Amino acid sequence: MTATDVGRRAARRNVPSASKWTGPVRDYDLVKEFVVALVVVALLTAALAALFSSPDEKQIDLSTWSRSAPADFLQTAATELDASSGTATYGAPYSHTADAAQKIGPISLQHIAGVTHPIDTVNDFVVNPLSGVPANADLTTALQQWKGTGADQQSKWASAYDDALTKAEGDASKVASGDFGPVPTMLASLLTMAQSGGLDGALLSQGHFFATDYTKPLLFIADGTYLEDRARAEHLGGDQWGMMNETGSYPGQAWLWLYTFWYQVEPFKSSPNADALVWGLMALLTVAFVFVPFIPGIRSIPRWVPVHRLIWRDYYRSTRA
Amino acid sequence: MTAPAAPRSWTGRLRGRAVDAFPPDQLLPDTQPAYVASWIYVFGVLTLAAFIVVLVSGGLLALKGPQWWHHSSTGHYVNSLHLWSVELFMAFMVIHLWGKFFMAAWRGRRAMTWITGAVCFLGSIGTAFTGYLVQSNFDSQWISTQAKDGLNSAGIGAFFNVLDFGQMLMWHIVLLPLVIGFVIGIHILQVRRRGVVPPLDIDLTDRVPEQVKP
Repeated sequence: MTATDVGRRAARRNVPSASKWTGPVRDYDLVKEFVVALVVVALLTAALAALFSSPDEKQIDLSTWSRSAPADFLQTAATELDASSGTATYGAPYSHTADAAQKIGPISLQHIAGVTHPIDTVNDFVVNPLSGVPANADLTTALQQWKGTGADQQSKWASAYDDALTKAEGDASKVASGDFGPVPTMLASLLTMAQSGGLDGALLSQGHFFATDYTKPLLFIADGTYLEDRARAEHLGGDQWGMMNETGSYPGQAWLWLYTFWYQVEPFKSSPNADALVWGLMALLTVAFVFVPFIPGIRSIPRWVPVHRLIWRDYYRSTRA
Repeated sequence: MTAPAAPRSWTGRLRGRAVDAFPPDQLLPDTQPAYVASWIYVFGVLTLAAFIVVLVSGGLLALKGPQWWHHSSTGHYVNSLHLWSVELFMAFMVIHLWGKFFMAAWRGRRAMTWITGAVCFLGSIGTAFTGYLVQSNFDSQWISTQAKDGLNSAGIGAFFNVLDFGQMLMWHIVLLPLVIGFVIGIHILQVRRRGVVPPLDIDLTDRVPEQVKP
C-alpha cells in the first residue's frame, strides 16, 4: 500500500491520525502531567485511607460456627453424612450428581468441564476426620460399625437420623429414638471435634502439612445457614446486590453492578439455571463491549448523543469563529 | 556514496522497526493538537497514576505476607491504601472509558486502542475480584462461596477455583498484574502511535498533511 492509498483512505474517513496532524497545536507536557497526577492520586489515596480505613470482618471457621450455632452445625453434618447436602448434590466440579449441572438451552458447560475437585462428603467431611480422633472408645466402636456395614445400611441410618434431627430442630437431646446405628455417636464426636478446632485443621490439611486450598472447609461452612444469615445481616445476600457490596458501609465492587443486576430481575431471578444464563449473557455483552468499534448502530451512538460537543466545545467554538 | 545497508541482525531489525514506529518526538511529544483541551483527557493519566499506586501498595502488602494486615495497624493502613487506590483506579478508568466512548475514539485506525483499553478494564475487574477473594476474612469467604456458582456454571470453576486461597493469591499478585501491565503498555503505545482522536463532525480535509493527500 502506498502513501497515496493511505491518504485517500484517511481523507475518505475524514479522520487523520493525530500523529500526522498539521493543524494548530498547543504545548503539552506529558511527563509533568503524569508526575502531578501521580502525586495527586497518592495524596488522595493516603487521605482516603486515613479517613475511612478498610473493613476487616473476622472470618467464620468451623470452630466458631459449631460453638455459636451447634444445631445448624449438627443438621449440616447430618446432610453431609447422608449425602443430601448442597455440596454432595452439587454436580460438577465436586460430584457426579446426575442433572445437577446448570444449562444454557441444551448445553451444559459445567457438565462438559467435568468433576475436577471430587468431594465425597461422607468420607471427606465426616468419616475421615473422625478417624483421626485418638483415644475415644465409643467413637472407635461407632466407626467400626459404620465401616463394617454396606452403603445401603449406612444411607438408611444417616437419612433416618437426618430426618429425626430436622424434626428436633438440630437438638440432639430431643431426637426421638430410632434405628440410627452409630450415626448419633459419630455426629456428636464431630461436633466436639469442630468445637475444639480440630475439624478446621483436618479439613484443610487433608494429609498435607502445607495447605492453602480451603475448598472443603468453605463448602462445609457454606452448606449451613450460619454463613448466609451473617451475610444477609451485612446486606450481602444474592437478592441484596450481594457480590458487589462490602461489609459495613464501605464501597465494594461497584463495577460488578451489571452482573449483579441480572440476578435481581426475571427470568434470571427464579431460574434454576440463573448462573449459567447470567454468565452467558455477560459473555455476549463483554464481547460486544470489546468490539464496539465494529458494531453498526452502537458505534454511531456518540454521533447521536452530543456529549462530544461538550468535550470539544473550545475547539468547535474556535473553528466556528 | 552508497546508502548504509539495512541491518541484518534480529537486534538491528527490531531497533529499526521500533524507531520507525515510534520516533522519539512521537513517543514523547511536547505538543498536542489544539483540540486536546478538556478535563476528560486527565482521566487517562489519572488511571495510570492510580495503577502505579495500586502496584506499590500491593507490593508493600506482599512484603509482609497476606496475614500481616490483620494484626498490624501499619499493615491495616497499607491495606486501606490498596483498597482506596483500587477504588480510585476503577473510578478513573470508568470515566476514561465513557469519555472515549462518547468521543468515538476508535475512529482513524484506533480500534486496537479501544480494544486494549476494554481488555484492561475487564482484566482489572478480574484482578480486583481475586483481591477481594484473598482478603482472608468474612467478606472473602462469602464472595468466594457465592462466586463459585457462576464460575462453575460456565465451566470455569473446573480449573479456576475461587475457594483455593493459594491459587487466587497467585493470580492476584502475579498473573493478572503482569497481563494488565502488559496490555496497558500496548494501549499507551497505541495512543502514541495513532495519536489522540480528533473531534467528531469537523472538516479536517485541510488538516491532512501534504504527504498523504490524494
